[in-house]
Amino acid sequence: MKLLQAVSPLGGLDRSHGALRLRAGEPGRITWIAPYPGEETNCSHALQAALSLSFPSPGETRSSLAGRILWSGRVQALLLGPQAPATLSGLAAVVDQSEAWAALNLEGAGAVEVLQRLVPLDLRAAVFPAWRTARSLLGHMNTQITPRPDGFEILVACSMAHTAAREIEEAMRSVAARSQL
Amino acid sequence: MRLPDRGRIDRSVSLPFSFDGKLLTGHPGDTLASALMANGIGLVGRSFKYHRPRGVMTAGSEEPNALVEIGSGAAMVPNIRATMQELCEGLEARSQNCWPSLQADLLSVNDLLWPFLGSGFYYKTFMWPRSFWESVYEPIIRRAAGLGRLTAEPDPARYEKAFAQCDLLVIGAGPAGLMAALAGVEAGVDVILADEGSEPGGRLLSEREQVGGMPAADWVEQTLARLQASPHFRFLPRTSVDGAYDGGVYGAYERVSEHLCKPDPDLPKGCFWRITARATVLAAGAIERPIAFPDNDRPGVMMAGALRSYLNRYGTAPGKRIALFATNDDAHRTARDLLEAGLEVAAVIDSREDATASGDYQLFAGARVTGTRGRHGLRQVRIETGSGTQTIAADALAVSGGWNPSVHLTCHMGARPEWDAGIEAFVPKPGAVPGLVAAGAARGVFDTSGCLADGLRAAGEAIARLGGTAPSLTPPAADAVSGTGRALWLVEGKGRAWLDFQNDVTSKDVTGAAQEGYDSVEYMKRYTTQGMAPDQGKNSNVNALAILADATGRTIPETGTTIYRPPFSPVPIGAMGAGGQGKGFAPERLTSSHEASLKRGAPMIEAGLWYRPSYFPAPGETHWRESCDREVRMVRGSVGICDVSTLGKIELMGPDVGALLDMVYINRFSTLKPGRVRYGLMLREDGHVMDDGTTARPSLEHWAMTTTTAAAGQVMAHLEMVQQCFLPRARVRFTSTTDAWAQFAIAGPRARDVVNAVLDQPLLGKAFSFMQCGAVSLGGISGRLFRISFSGEHAYELAVPSRYGASLFRLLVAQAEGFGGGAYGIEALNVLRIEKGLLTHAELHGRTTAFDLGLQRMMSTRKTFIGKAAAARPGLVEETREQLVGLRALAAGEELTAGAHLFARDADPTRLNDQGYVTSACHSPTFGRSIALGFLRRGRSRHGELLRLVDHLRGVDVICEVCDPVFFDAQGGRMR
Repeated sequence: MKLLQAVSPLGGLDRSHGALRLRAGEPGRITWIAPYPGEETNCSHALQAALSLSFPSPGETRSSLAGRILWSGRVQALLLGPQAPATLSGLAAVVDQSEAWAALNLEGAGAVEVLQRLVPLDLRAAVFPAWRTARSLLGHMNTQITPRPDGFEILVACSMAHTAAREIEEAMRSVAARSQL
Repeated sequence: MRLPDRGRIDRSVSLPFSFDGKLLTGHPGDTLASALMANGIGLVGRSFKYHRPRGVMTAGSEEPNALVEIGSGAAMVPNIRATMQELCEGLEARSQNCWPSLQADLLSVNDLLWPFLGSGFYYKTFMWPRSFWESVYEPIIRRAAGLGRLTAEPDPARYEKAFAQCDLLVIGAGPAGLMAALAGVEAGVDVILADEGSEPGGRLLSEREQVGGMPAADWVEQTLARLQASPHFRFLPRTSVDGAYDGGVYGAYERVSEHLCKPDPDLPKGCFWRITARATVLAAGAIERPIAFPDNDRPGVMMAGALRSYLNRYGTAPGKRIALFATNDDAHRTARDLLEAGLEVAAVIDSREDATASGDYQLFAGARVTGTRGRHGLRQVRIETGSGTQTIAADALAVSGGWNPSVHLTCHMGARPEWDAGIEAFVPKPGAVPGLVAAGAARGVFDTSGCLADGLRAAGEAIARLGGTAPSLTPPAADAVSGTGRALWLVEGKGRAWLDFQNDVTSKDVTGAAQEGYDSVEYMKRYTTQGMAPDQGKNSNVNALAILADATGRTIPETGTTIYRPPFSPVPIGAMGAGGQGKGFAPERLTSSHEASLKRGAPMIEAGLWYRPSYFPAPGETHWRESCDREVRMVRGSVGICDVSTLGKIELMGPDVGALLDMVYINRFSTLKPGRVRYGLMLREDGHVMDDGTTARPSLEHWAMTTTTAAAGQVMAHLEMVQQCFLPRARVRFTSTTDAWAQFAIAGPRARDVVNAVLDQPLLGKAFSFMQCGAVSLGGISGRLFRISFSGEHAYELAVPSRYGASLFRLLVAQAEGFGGGAYGIEALNVLRIEKGLLTHAELHGRTTAFDLGLQRMMSTRKTFIGKAAAARPGLVEETREQLVGLRALAAGEELTAGAHLFARDADPTRLNDQGYVTSACHSPTFGRSIALGFLRRGRSRHGELLRLVDHLRGVDVICEVCDPVFFDAQGGRMR
């Protein structure tokens, strides 16, 4: 038996209300990458060479066969999936943040309406289409939201994951009940 | 009474409801007001001040009189407008502002005392004796005043808040609003159409008109269907747009389930919307203007347009014989509709000499209503014609003094409406709210055809603002005549003429205000309370200022108008605070050991958003102090485990981290060797201490900073500021990893044994000295080990990726228990650090300096750092300042308390004798007495002195001894 057992912050959460479903996501490895001043282009090239992913512009997600990279604030991005290439050494700060975030996937018709109860962003598909990304607020919590063709991927600090799940579920209930009107 | 074959109600279904306990029935499609009218109930409530009997006056959100309580118990809501409450099965309504009953209300005695109770009476009456105002008069007046009552219980209703965004927001779904929405949808922009009513149509549902060659209601239905076929369209019924704010943001309240008898428990009662629109069309319609004539507030007197709503939309009438008092052609259609419905028109009294009848009814042209009679409902109307006075029997009197455009939202950003002499009404000032275009009756266009066309025009203007092209739509054919009118504000006569029905303000109050010198409209408003009720004077403001204008010999535009403010109609406070009840108040941050701590019976204490265990009660322990004392002895005697994951953790990377840290900490960090940890103190720019903590340097370009739990966010923001403003080119980046690591303190003489039990490679011999850090492995999982101590004991902090935290906590506690140790909580942690004289935000409370803390020598003289210059100001380094000291009780059992103040032994414990204060205190099981940390004037030079410690709040008054703040192991041998 292993000395330490891993427990994920949302413990296999899977809740449905009407057509809406909220599940704990498994984004895999999350690496925070922040190029040093003046190294933005070199950093982007290094990523491109290693992972076919260039450094994202504000609000952008880029993806390749290797994984995804999300813009996550001023000169910083989150690499989801692969390990950061060693060639970033000296070009960017690289910190493993896999454990800091909990992912929630919200799917189903009405997902926009659910998040409109918690997130102040304009979430209309024309404005915030699939695979854009944004740092915003989910209720009182910091979040990184990425729309997907079937819903949203929501990253929150893992210490607050259960609060996020509870608040999203509350909004799901309300939206599901409204759809019965 | 219910009229046969009229209205949009579903007569096939009967809905039972109650009013003042009496069981009645209505139909789907009814409002409470129409159902009461159908049941012959004319008296609905009592007025605010004089407790006058009042009935339904309007058919919309402007209703001033028919305010009722809905529901019972904790769910009861007062001041619901009966005209807006849709009828549902089992609705419980009660009249308000009356006792013991609506029919016989004792406080109606106020009405007999009216000559003494006019505006300002209490300012003049309750002057003497002076002291009586606060203790006697005001409490009595407050008890008698007020509209409606609240339950003392918490509101069980659930509300929600939501955001919405659109290109074009259309406010009001009458003819103008529907056409504007249609134009928007055809132009391909995202449209939200909000209407306070339950269905779209506005006045088209209340009038017998043809639009596009079909009954108006059919046209509304077709238009809505056409709109709803578009993916760009969203209709928000029962949604009142209540406020216009900066940046195209509008606040709106949606009544989500107030119209349902047994709503789904998941359905919120209401929703508070924040709608962001790039452009807005205000098609809020107009509100009919009453005429102030004596006793115009008797139940049965109502607005002519409202009467048509009851006749045509709800199929009900307030009586069989109805009179009409009007100043305009438009109102005459009321008489035609009454005749058409088979009711008797008692008379049409038109104030214009040149008025002509447009139907088969008796017209008194150039006449006025000068009074009404009837106890709880109208029986007679007294009129004055050119040839004298006569009385006319009538069950109801419809009144129309013209229409006031609903300009309210256009005032919300400070603009005042403009007077249009042509229609004798205020109209919106163009550009009053950026991006908002008024249309239809809200702009003073009153005929249906004009409204349809104006809706299109306004939408075209709005679409052009959005950069689009307005579609070429032709408005449907409709009635193009609105007739003419001539304003009549006041009919003088015997008796009071009411202006503000909700606040009981009469024309005499307004003229009285002018006589007393309150001749500005703003003064008049405040002196009389005209327009200050929840309805904000929707019915009365224009009349009141016209009367004021007359009394002061000015024109209406010269007199000006007061301003309307949000909300347009009342919004439940519960809706604005939606989601904030209970756990919704703030997020909960839980550590990975949370569940395990709860299983051990640990009560939780909040630290910022975090929840931390206070103590871990052992079997038989009944008091927290017992547990805390045991945990302290356990740490001092063997070993204790404490979750310290809540401390802020910031990972700093790059070759220039040392330079950044030298800038933020008062002491030098750039010299710290990899594998070592250093304690540091950071100041704010004003020279006072911001936070303290340790920063480790696991490798050359990788640093790990620890902040206090409370200041994690502040420190992160501070680092951003320092980097962006002072070191923008430094090769350093940092991010918070607080959530990424679960970190546990392992403290006590047996700490090393516990650590070695979980590490894959135990620490050998003297390896891993005090203030060392390094990477470790636990069952193959990478972790970090720090040799730091917040207890004064030999201690470590061991960090693992947070998903392994729960497992590691259980493992560490089990190992510790094997050595006679165990878990300890925040209470014991606090005692341990006070005994050792270590600081928290009790001491770093924002007003202390490094000098005060005795850490002035840490301030490097060979580098610059944030706060250095400010900290050197003479006032911040004066010997007379309050300096950190330890305090100890002279005997066991004497308690020192945090918050107490310090005085010389023989001094009175008063403010002027204050010498200092206590910041942290505890019972020390190690010393068997109470100890404390505090700040004392010249404290460092007063060790050994005896002082008086007084806690005025808790009644503590003891003598204590001043000592060094480090009580325990001053040489630090144990932790090294």
